[in-house]
Amino acid sequence: MTPPPAAPGVLVAAWTIARKDLTVELRTRAAFLSAAVFTILAAAIFLYAWDPTAVAAIDLAPGVLWVIFTFAGLLGLNRSFGAELADRAIDGLLVAPISREAVFLGKALANLIFVLGVQVVAIPTVVLFYNLSLGWGAVAAIAGVAVLAAVGLVAVGTLFSAMAVNTRLAELLLPVLALPFFVPIVTAAAQATVLLVNGRPLTGALDWIRLLVAFDLVFVSACTVAYPFTIER
Amino acid sequence: MGVTMGSERSPRGHGAGDPTRGVPDGDAAGVARRAALTQLAHPFGRLFWVAVAAVIASLVRIAYFTPIEASQGPAQKIFYVHVPAAVTALYLAFALMAVASVLYLWLRDPTLDRVAASSAEVGLAFTTVVLLTGPLWAKPVWGTWWSGDARLTSTLFLWLIILGYLILRQAVEDRAQRARYSAVLAILAGLLIPFIHLSVYLFRTLHPQPIVLKPSAPSLPSEMLTTLVMSFASFALLFVALLRARYRLATIADADLADVATRSGGAD
Repeated sequence: MTPPPAAPGVLVAAWTIARKDLTVELRTRAAFLSAAVFTILAAAIFLYAWDPTAVAAIDLAPGVLWVIFTFAGLLGLNRSFGAELADRAIDGLLVAPISREAVFLGKALANLIFVLGVQVVAIPTVVLFYNLSLGWGAVAAIAGVAVLAAVGLVAVGTLFSAMAVNTRLAELLLPVLALPFFVPIVTAAAQATVLLVNGRPLTGALDWIRLLVAFDLVFVSACTVAYPFTIER
Repeated sequence: MGVTMGSERSPRGHGAGDPTRGVPDGDAAGVARRAALTQLAHPFGRLFWVAVAAVIASLVRIAYFTPIEASQGPAQKIFYVHVPAAVTALYLAFALMAVASVLYLWLRDPTLDRVAASSAEVGLAFTTVVLLTGPLWAKPVWGTWWSGDARLTSTLFLWLIILGYLILRQAVEDRAQRARYSAVLAILAGLLIPFIHLSVYLFRTLHPQPIVLKPSAPSLPSEMLTTLVMSFASFALLFVALLRARYRLATIADADLADVATRSGGAD
């Protein structure tokens, strides 16, 4: 007879939940495919929304990239807790012998991987459509900015997704709550990208990168602490 | 503010149209309901009309008894409305909202939730005044309705977040859940505002705009200073009066809901 397994640590539990969400997504690919198609469609629409002879593509591309990224991210975030409503699956997560913080971190981790996957589609699409010529250094720097931006976006988005699915407005509420919180992220990431696509060194964008790091630190901790408060005691 | 909050229990207005007649005395629920109904008859109270009179007096002083500023002309008079409204919204309404939200998550007292919601709503009204008077002043003085200035942008997003907060409250029916959700949002919003301010500030320093005429901080002549102080006082008074009225209405709404829940046999 085996003894009952010990309750897992926070990070192990978080990874288990993230793996569950990613497995569901890998088997259905529903959210990722729609987010990827949305990304390409939006990039194409933006291409025709401005007169390319009036505004240089290099000036448009960073803004387009980050606006698309934000909205595509919202598509995935809505599913995160929405999927747990069926058969009240969320109750199973909440009665599991793991901390509420681990539930939040697991959900956020799965969302982070999802959003980074969207970035893998979005960045090449924008580079292609806007005909940007980037060195490998700039690509790596933009990828780094994307990771920093994604962490903050996912922390806030995951928390608001958990709240929004339990309201009467459901997924309609998420953009209203989350978009103001994306303002500093989008501003910092887009401005850093402007400098990078213009061939400036990373040091020029240091202020923006500091802002992103500060945002990530503050909101990952604040949202992890806040999540248990959204659940009834 | 605590003083005005406490006065909600003092019954007044037991005239001919006393709405509390027929409500049974004796038990605690009856007393609470009686107090709530008394407030329903007078949610605004005398304080509100005193505040309205004070605001009207300030406006008259601004229009007729304050000298016209030499360089900006009559447009400068908007300053006496704009600045007190902004200070009231930021440092009274939203500070109170954030503090009440933190305390709510700690103490779980529904009173604190009502205070937070009431100051959000009244703060939204004051912020709307700020956002409307700002462009009216900026057009003649700066030559543009709107600029991407850090303070302007932070105020706009604060206004949008408060709208989101009120939409969130509309979308949740369970009162405890509504209180928890809105407290969490209010606290995160408090953390967000410095980030928005910083990002817009960096945005502008990296991309300098043509120098626009900026209001330097002039030492106000005593007549103008008196007008400003009077305006501050009357706006603060109006805030307290509106907050009290809104709080009373929230109390009544909660009392009525509790009453319905009790009658239908459900536990609240």
